[in-house]
Amino acid sequence: MNAEIVTRRESWARSTFDYYATTIRTQIQSQFQYRAATYMYMVALVVEPVIYLVVWTTIARSQGGSVQGIGVGQFAAYYVVWTLVRGWNVVFTPFGWEWRIREGELSASLLRPIHPIHYELAWWAGQKLVWFVMYAPVFVILILVFHPALDPRPIEIVVFVVAIWGAYVIRTLNNFILGMITIWTTRASAIFQLWFLSELLLSGRLLPLQLMPHWVQSLTSWLPFKWTFYFPIESLVGGMSTAELLRGVGFQALWTAICGLGMFASWRVATRHYSAVGN
Amino acid sequence: MSGAVEVEGLTKIFKVPEREAGLRASLGSLVNRKWREVRAVDGISFRIDAGEVVGFLGPNGAGKTTTLKMLAGLLYPTGGEGRVLGHVPSKREREYLRRMTLVMGNRNQLQWDLPALDSYELNRAIYRLPRDGFASTRDELIELLDVGDLVRKPVRQLSLGERMKVEVVGSLLHLPQVLFLDEPTIGLDVTMQKRIRTFVAEYNARYGATVLLTSHYMADVEALCERVIVIHHGRILYDGRLSALGERFASYKTIEAVLADGERVRLQVPKEQTSQATAKLLAEHEVQDLTVEDPPIEDVIEQVFAFEAPPKT
Repeated sequence: MNAEIVTRRESWARSTFDYYATTIRTQIQSQFQYRAATYMYMVALVVEPVIYLVVWTTIARSQGGSVQGIGVGQFAAYYVVWTLVRGWNVVFTPFGWEWRIREGELSASLLRPIHPIHYELAWWAGQKLVWFVMYAPVFVILILVFHPALDPRPIEIVVFVVAIWGAYVIRTLNNFILGMITIWTTRASAIFQLWFLSELLLSGRLLPLQLMPHWVQSLTSWLPFKWTFYFPIESLVGGMSTAELLRGVGFQALWTAICGLGMFASWRVATRHYSAVGN
Repeated sequence: MSGAVEVEGLTKIFKVPEREAGLRASLGSLVNRKWREVRAVDGISFRIDAGEVVGFLGPNGAGKTTTLKMLAGLLYPTGGEGRVLGHVPSKREREYLRRMTLVMGNRNQLQWDLPALDSYELNRAIYRLPRDGFASTRDELIELLDVGDLVRKPVRQLSLGERMKVEVVGSLLHLPQVLFLDEPTIGLDVTMQKRIRTFVAEYNARYGATVLLTSHYMADVEALCERVIVIHHGRILYDGRLSALGERFASYKTIEAVLADGERVRLQVPKEQTSQATAKLLAEHEVQDLTVEDPPIEDVIEQVFAFEAPPKT
């Protein structure tokens, strides 16, 4: 009980930093328990962009070396950087919420004096660090095999580092909001599928957005998806101006705020509705 | 002294979908879904003073766990009010969550792949505990439950009983003032059950914590609780001393006698006829030894449920 009195004196920032650092450390230890599984996930992750890359480079070669001005080397750059961005924006899937509720994990997180979104952010951030260490050799191999046209400026590297974390935060918040639907209905999978299909088409995951019709490109400006794939990728490979890079980071900040507000508002409603079924 | 736990008219109604079995009923439910209201907790009121250990008894589905979940802030009540340590649990204020714990016998809150010590460290950060105080509390609790060897093994390699013990330590690292224990000894062998019981009693004595305990093992309740609250179909049937439960609800007593020739006699007689039956036994036989006992507490609890009125839906 003395402990409780002392805790009040700690600043919020300091204790939150301590929480993130401890959670990240714990996750790193946990990840190292499953090195083989991490490599299997990595293989699965690389297969998807390699397929896209092979398809688009084949089309480009058949059309004299480019598709709508994007050359083979640029396609290679897009999809090789894609793997980095994808590795970074992997977050807890909303499909996992049913398990989370059934196993009592959500109830456990509700009993803790900290919002579960902090756990979500910190835990998966720890996963990124382990993933990056293990993925680095694979990334080098991809560069050697596919020869991407990649020559970023220092500002692009800095913005890319910021942008992949921005993408991570936006996706975490979105998937958290989606996952909460499970509190109302156990038949939320169809909604999740619809969301991920939209993401696949409108984020730049399937193909660079400049290959999409103009009206689709306009539509993507009003949605969060492109800030989680296309913008981080293009920030490193696209030759964007400094102003465009900074505007992109600004949009990521805007979407973080919108999704953050949406998440907190939904959480308040969801916890009132939560029936704590399961363990 | 204000109560550590104060509950007034607390109610929880769940709305559950309902349909008959079979394809026809399944198709019918697509267009005309039927719902039923279930009063899991039906306007209960009680108060528990700081430092009390109270047994919360009832059959499966009586409303025990739902009540504990409302008091822990997991469930939002449909009606009434609960206050714990002056906080309204459903508001889930951080200050409140730092002062209570809910331990459920079948739940694992520790990191599965790591030694419990790593999860304890995570709890330190979650509850913002200063490192020095945390280390001494942790070591003290580890010693109390004698789990020094277990906390260094990955949790997945522990048996159910071992896991429960390290789980309990993890739940108490922030030294909660109120403990809601939901079947903390479920599935454990007799030795483990005893260990957990002793630990809860020791924690209560050492830190003056308030404990509300549910258990289907009457040994837990008899060892820890002077007072019990009996709930059935969401309503309180009895709130008082455990020892008085038998006096009020037991319908019979057991007379056991050893006769002069060594023969043992065991009689079950209606409670109001105990003195007559005893007198008759003593008058008609030469008795070496005689005891009159209340029925086992399990039987008394059954009697309590038998007194209960039909549920409201």
